[in-house]
Amino acid sequence: MTARAAVVVFPGSNCDQDCVRGWKAVTGLSADLVWHKETSLPDYDLVIVPGGFSFGDYLRCGAIARFSPVMAEVARLAGRGSLVLGICNGFQILTEAGLLPGALGRNRDLRYLCLDVHLRVENAGTAFTGGYRPGQVIRIPISHGEGGYSLSPREHRRLVDNGQVVFRYCAPDGTVAPGQAPNGSLDNIAGIINGRGNVLGLMPHPERLAEEELGGTDGRALFSSVLAAMKGGL
Amino acid sequence: MKFKANVKVMLKPSVLDPQGATLERALRSMGHDNVSSIRVGKLIELVLEAGDEEEARRAADSWADQLLANPNMENHSLTLEQVK
Repeated sequence: MTARAAVVVFPGSNCDQDCVRGWKAVTGLSADLVWHKETSLPDYDLVIVPGGFSFGDYLRCGAIARFSPVMAEVARLAGRGSLVLGICNGFQILTEAGLLPGALGRNRDLRYLCLDVHLRVENAGTAFTGGYRPGQVIRIPISHGEGGYSLSPREHRRLVDNGQVVFRYCAPDGTVAPGQAPNGSLDNIAGIINGRGNVLGLMPHPERLAEEELGGTDGRALFSSVLAAMKGGL
Repeated sequence: MKFKANVKVMLKPSVLDPQGATLERALRSMGHDNVSSIRVGKLIELVLEAGDEEEARRAADSWADQLLANPNMENHSLTLEQVK
């Protein structure tokens, strides 16, 4: 089978090439770069919405990108069961587009945060995390100013009950204390998945630690999990 | 007819407002102990053409719902005035 992957590029995206490289480094497969003006995409198995500052982050992060023509195609592919992965600004765009619940707001301490954080894998049963162990602690960088996740109490309850919280910020030993998230995220949430299990968004950047020479490989399993899921017919 | 709309966008009360909290601390550090409950929002001004005020209100309100505010974390309110 040939798994087809694409990385969407908006004006202001800056992690698109990193995602292409990370995907290739882990899976050996190429990924197409797709400009945000595209109105028709082939039936990709994986679409990555990458990090960056789409449209300068004007108004709200992702608020303008969600109206780019390509987003209708991303929604169509999500609807047909393709995997959609939103990283950082990509996560913000997916929430603005309504493909994932909740919203991402200003970091608690108003600072742009660029550092490695520890994450606990809360759900290792998804198409994106099958290569991790349940409860595994991984080290992945964050790089954002607006990563504070918020959600209504009712939706939050549903998310937790359905196992849709996939990653939480944690201490190096895996403990999750209130307020652990450096950005003030609700319930220390770092990454979530939709109810169907094919759209994942996370603020940390797995593509930045997917090769030994970059200083770590904890991000690799995310890409290898996706490939394994594709081979298993999703 | 032309209308000027002021769309006020505020974070919902349940959403953390780090900017408001920072401003509150700053004012307190200046000695203003009588300040509380600071929230920071956005004011968006725009001019639109519509047949009447009701039509203008409906349009501006729907733009706020679609783009100007994120209903997941923000509320908006709207004032309109006719302009020449």
